[in-house]
Amino acid sequence: MSAIVIIGAGPAGIRAAQTLVAHGVHPVLLDEASRGGGQIYRQQPANFRRPAKALYGFEAGKAQALHNTLEQLHGQIDYRPETLVWNAEQQVLDTLQQGQLADRLAFDRVIVATGATDRVLPIPGWTLPGVYTLGAAQIALKFQGCAIGERVVLAGSGPLLYLVAYQYAKAGATVSAVLDTSPFSAQVRALPRLLLQPGTFAKGLYYRAWLAAKGVPVHQGVTLLGIDGEHRASGVRWARNGQQHSLPCDAVAFAHALRSETQLADLLGCQFAWNTLNRAWLPVRDAQGRASSPGVYLAGDGAGILGADGAEMTGELAALTLLADLGKPGNPQRQQQLEKRLATLQRFRQGLEQAFPFPQQWARQAPDLLTVCRCEQISAGEIRTAVRAGHWEINRVKAMCRVGMGRCQGRVCGAAAAELIACESGRPIDQVGRLRGQAPIKPLPFGLEIKP
Amino acid sequence: MPLFKRVAEHDREPVPFLLDGQPAQGMHGDTLLTAILTHSEHLRGSDFSAEPRAGFCLMGACQDCWVRLQDGRRVRACSTFLEPGHCVSRDSGRRP
Repeated sequence: MSAIVIIGAGPAGIRAAQTLVAHGVHPVLLDEASRGGGQIYRQQPANFRRPAKALYGFEAGKAQALHNTLEQLHGQIDYRPETLVWNAEQQVLDTLQQGQLADRLAFDRVIVATGATDRVLPIPGWTLPGVYTLGAAQIALKFQGCAIGERVVLAGSGPLLYLVAYQYAKAGATVSAVLDTSPFSAQVRALPRLLLQPGTFAKGLYYRAWLAAKGVPVHQGVTLLGIDGEHRASGVRWARNGQQHSLPCDAVAFAHALRSETQLADLLGCQFAWNTLNRAWLPVRDAQGRASSPGVYLAGDGAGILGADGAEMTGELAALTLLADLGKPGNPQRQQQLEKRLATLQRFRQGLEQAFPFPQQWARQAPDLLTVCRCEQISAGEIRTAVRAGHWEINRVKAMCRVGMGRCQGRVCGAAAAELIACESGRPIDQVGRLRGQAPIKPLPFGLEIKP
Repeated sequence: MPLFKRVAEHDREPVPFLLDGQPAQGMHGDTLLTAILTHSEHLRGSDFSAEPRAGFCLMGACQDCWVRLQDGRRVRACSTFLEPGHCVSRDSGRRP
């Protein structure tokens, strides 16, 4: 029998599951993690004791509510944690449980809620031990009770920058500096839109005020020049107002906002379109959450970055749409309400993009020797050489110089590679193509067992 | 010098393991990544330069934290929990 499947047990996936169950549909919920919550509401291991407030701060209530929902769904859904979906075709998913047990799952309809990872624009020295994404720094703390170093610099842009700085300082780690690549003026310009979500905006202000009160140096409008170190990070360099600065540290976390995980939507045959706000190719969805492929629905940050609240809403909305498509009595009133709230959130999201603008000059400034693809160790210069040989389509450039061909499949370097190709070829960023997803979307072991 | 610093959850059951044949100790609930980086500075060497790497994303995306277990399995250190008696070895990578 074919199943209704949800991929991803974060805010979107859990709300989708809850909504389906409330209407008498019992889905299979697949998730890579051992405990539900996704990245933002990732749960610590069961034997850890910190209260939710210590882990999620202002969002503790939301995180707990989500975790409780998943627990209450026990017995009503077929929840499969530690399950990677590594391939997707028409009506069937290939899965790998606990890293070794392979299985196939036929589905009738699927809600894809695969979430996001940090968007990274590499700088010299970024492959050194001690250098992580902002999301990684947060996971080390939230999930493992660790700081990524003794003296930590947090850099880049996006809302996560100040949140992680606050969480680190609050947990007793030494935050040596916050280096924000977005200028203060951009944040002022973004004010009207940011005020559309006054609660979220106020939290952002609170983190900054708190950091200032604790004497954590915050520098805005910086250009990151590089991370120094021989076998591990030992310092960071940046420029601001034409002057160069440096600071010793033993760990750096950096990122420029988030990027959607879209490989499975790709393998499911969904159409993609360039999204200017996300500066990325995203699977197309209608206002109700339907993808272009029949029976496929998209929810959460995997279909465009909207944050955790938006993910809960799009998860619920996709489930309601799925129910309506099954001919079940859905909840049209609730659907409309969600669509309206999502529209407001979308405008707030535009404000965030204004406040933390993408550093357009990154590609021009990236030195030739900079490693862009950390899997295959491909430099900016090698990518430029491929472009100068006449290649400008990203999959073609990948074939020529192996950028994005490694184990991570371009999750880490793809955005940066596209920027470099666009810059070097003189084409707009939406004209250099989209890195295609390939199965297996994550490495598989040779010795896997096939589930009988 | 370890890379990571424990700042919370100090009161957990110790878990002995072997790191490249040397006895080491982690804690119950540690991932392999945490257990290793609270002792040491790296997890693997790059396949193309043998440069040391210590993971990057911690969420199973970057594939830069693979280590080897005694039974020959290669696992992502960020998403594999430490178990008593684990013998973890780190690949040195390849020089060009």
